[in-house]
Amino acid sequence: MSRNDVLVTADWAEENLGTPGLVFVEVDEDTSAYDGGHLEGAVKLDWKKDLQDPLRRDFVDKAGFEALLSSRGIANDDTVILYGGNNNWFAAYAYWYFKLYGHENVKLIDGGRKKWELDGRPLSKDPVERPATQYQAKEPDLSIRAFRDEVVASIGSKNLIDVRSPDEFSGKILAPAHLPQEQAQKGGHVPTAKNIPWSKAANEDGTFKTDEQLAELYAEQGYDESKATIAYCRIGERSSHTWFVLRELLGKSDVKNYDGSWVEYGSLVGVPIEK
Amino acid sequence: MDIGDQTVIQGQVWHDGAPVAGAYVRLLDSTDEFTAEVVTSPEGEFRFFAAPGKWKVRSLAPIGKGERLLDADVGLNETTIVID
Repeated sequence: MSRNDVLVTADWAEENLGTPGLVFVEVDEDTSAYDGGHLEGAVKLDWKKDLQDPLRRDFVDKAGFEALLSSRGIANDDTVILYGGNNNWFAAYAYWYFKLYGHENVKLIDGGRKKWELDGRPLSKDPVERPATQYQAKEPDLSIRAFRDEVVASIGSKNLIDVRSPDEFSGKILAPAHLPQEQAQKGGHVPTAKNIPWSKAANEDGTFKTDEQLAELYAEQGYDESKATIAYCRIGERSSHTWFVLRELLGKSDVKNYDGSWVEYGSLVGVPIEK
Repeated sequence: MDIGDQTVIQGQVWHDGAPVAGAYVRLLDSTDEFTAEVVTSPEGEFRFFAAPGKWKVRSLAPIGKGERLLDADVGLNETTIVID
């Protein structure tokens, strides 16, 4: 796996809009962004409505994912090109999610929606219709998803990477500062976790730093190459960004995303917390 | 909006005598580390839920950049960022 297998530039994306076999997919936190203008031909995934179970706190199941992708006109052999706002947080989350259900070819647009807008590239409001497919998902690949018990058992033994901002890590604030301050019962972080904010891996325009800069960043912060890794944040989207960096760009093995993240961990009864 | 005991930082981004819609505004903590980022509304407005202390707000738009330092207290903290 190398950068070119998992990441495309905005230039490449603009030149390849409409190419058969490619499906551009926008995934945002602000789910109304797509409606205000999107890449020509791109379909929308609503991270909350489409990717979360409507009742329980969990993903949609395999059948639900198959129905979703079929309805969006995404076929198993399509190359899915993901992009979104918030420096690609939710696009990276969707990338991880597509990988979890075994989709072969997935890539991110470097810089996502932000770079696209800052470059002044065209957006379209035309409705996008794609003929339905018969999508077949694989069983979820749990080698890339961590659950709470594994996180607790990993204290002091695995690389635990808390990718939230320093103020969230210290418990000063409980959520990213563009959201009302609520959520987990307690502030702080998992003991022995290192705070390596996702933002250190990105440039101001939302693009990823170079492989050399990224390798240096994690080495500097004490990333232990001999250990397995679990990344977490508040609800699992920023940690998907770091998961993407570690596993897909830097090619590290045994990296999991803990999507339960702080909203779950900080509300668990009896687990250790550090501030 | 009832902000209760929250520390809200809000304001507008301006350029050339008019509010800037669709600008990216990021909130940086006292060590200059990224804390959050939002896109301004059609009226050029942004809002963060932060904590008391020193912050920097920086805006990034196709027309340029601007930034402002502020010391926030509990309650509403209003500021304007001007892109020259």
